[in-house]
Amino acid sequence: MRIFKTVGLLVLLALAIVFPMLFPNPTVTTIAIFTLLFAAMATGWNIISGYTGYVALGHAAFFGIGAYALALMCQAWNVPGGYLPFLLVPVAGIIVIPVSALFGWIALRVRRHTFIVITIAMFFIVQLLAYNLRSITQGSTGLGLPIPIDWGGDFYNTPFYYVTLALLLIAIAISWWIRNSKFGLGLLAIRDDEDRAVGLGVRTVSSKLAAFIISAVIVAMAGAIWAYFVESIYPATTFDPNFDVAMALMAFLGGLGTLSGPILGAFILEPAQQYFAIYYGQSGYYLIVYGALFLVVIILMPRGIIPTVRDRWHQIQATRNQRRGELGLAITALPDKNASADVEKKEGINL
Amino acid sequence: MGLIVEAIITGVLTGGIYALMSSGLTLLFGVMEIINVGQGALVILGAYLSYVLEQDLHIDLFLGLLITMPVMFGLGLLIEFLFIRPVKGDRTMLSILVTYGVALIIEGILNLIFTANNIQLHAWYITASFDVGGFYLAYIYVFSFLLAVILLAGLYILLYRTKLGYSLRATIQNRTAAELIGIDVKRISTITFGIGIALAAAGGMGFGATNAFDAGSAYDLISRLLAIIIFGGMGSLSGALIASVGMLVIEDVTSVVWSPIWASTVFFILLVIILVVRPQGLLGQVEGRKQ
Repeated sequence: MRIFKTVGLLVLLALAIVFPMLFPNPTVTTIAIFTLLFAAMATGWNIISGYTGYVALGHAAFFGIGAYALALMCQAWNVPGGYLPFLLVPVAGIIVIPVSALFGWIALRVRRHTFIVITIAMFFIVQLLAYNLRSITQGSTGLGLPIPIDWGGDFYNTPFYYVTLALLLIAIAISWWIRNSKFGLGLLAIRDDEDRAVGLGVRTVSSKLAAFIISAVIVAMAGAIWAYFVESIYPATTFDPNFDVAMALMAFLGGLGTLSGPILGAFILEPAQQYFAIYYGQSGYYLIVYGALFLVVIILMPRGIIPTVRDRWHQIQATRNQRRGELGLAITALPDKNASADVEKKEGINL
Repeated sequence: MGLIVEAIITGVLTGGIYALMSSGLTLLFGVMEIINVGQGALVILGAYLSYVLEQDLHIDLFLGLLITMPVMFGLGLLIEFLFIRPVKGDRTMLSILVTYGVALIIEGILNLIFTANNIQLHAWYITASFDVGGFYLAYIYVFSFLLAVILLAGLYILLYRTKLGYSLRATIQNRTAAELIGIDVKRISTITFGIGIALAAAGGMGFGATNAFDAGSAYDLISRLLAIIIFGGMGSLSGALIASVGMLVIEDVTSVVWSPIWASTVFFILLVIILVVRPQGLLGQVEGRKQ
């Protein structure tokens, strides 16, 4: 079983690596880049919101700060277009550390429900600052980024594709490591019962803050890559409340708190969104369709795809085992209805 | 000095409009533990309804509320029944996503019908003004403030003098206990949602009469409304009222003594300071341990 899993993952990775060679069409690779970018963001977002249950709806602020940080660095140091700006992406991530530490310190002093609203308000504060601090951000005039003139035609998207893929892999690695570490166990304990976690000796305050910062840094690096890719940034497009909700919706669709859920969610939603935007973008239909998609996803599948499918799979297996048991091979108990209802309450605990 | 007095007066008067919009929002959080991020879009929808009644049927804005408020009340019941009630699991979080979806649909429909041009409501009391010790004030500010006072007084009577109000406040205090003593919490939730949306409609008329708006104004509006209810304390009605007036006064005074572009930033910075000192907001209650 484990070998199957490893081989499967390697095949997926190989597919991801050869993808731009199979589909060199710039429209396709652009959608692929956005998908990988959002997968990385949703994975990063999941570290605070999925693991600790503290749903943050202000991460688009860090996305925007990362984008502006890269743009300002490129401007200040006259960085030419090419591979050099990519090296500044981690620097943009580092810049976000103190900012997110401050925000996290303020917001994490309250419990979940108020936390959500405070993060939303913080996002709008940052957006307002981007408009108003004209001496730094140029207000609504926006900032330009260096343009890589050497990369022509179909090749233009390729470096962006691989850098984004690398970011996604890093995000997955961090998320996987946290999921399997004592630190991650503490985060899950916070989600299930924070007071009890304190009683058991989990350092809740520092754990939450650390998770918040890590997720903010990943989102900020995604923002920096995005800024370089779209070439010019404005407060309205960079600090977009839709990004906040997109990350959350992707994680919810795939399965909040699971490792693969946010990635799956991003791989379903982002191409769909790009498609709608391309074909219906100018009219109001785009918003209507997107909004309706929201409602359908949440009402039909509030726990997300991965937990729902996994439970179904376990049930099928249990039934099969029980049948075998009737034949005298093995005796396993079928999980009764109450047990599955109990699992439902603690959604997405398993991998 | 005269300018500052003027700013304070207009701040208090427009604060009434914001009190209408935010009281619905904070009530919904108190009763249902949901955050209706669609409130901004619903306010704008209310403003557009008043606009249509005024333009096509020539119904006065304030009289038109007799139509728009019941209509929006019904819409609120419908939204609650169709989209909020079926939500299972983490209600607070999922309600945000659901109401955001509703807001997107409303924004899309409004964009389709009215295009993205800014409009403003028209009436004689919006253009006409009177002299208040040296500066001119449009009648609409006074009228909409009076409207806010009347509606909020009505809300107060509903909450504190009727059986529905008792049930509603019991639900705010403790949802489970309220259910145990025989209150139909689901019914109360639906009605609360309707009331919240109806208040949003009235606020929308006031907002549309004092500002130019389009469907996109909802984003700016919801950020202010959320800031107001955090400032006042989530779920606290009087907190929302104080914060509404406070926010508008601070904004207006800032734009007079400093610059209009920093108006809302100053309020937001004050909000952050409040949160550091008092994380639950001005009149909010500390969230207890939930089992």
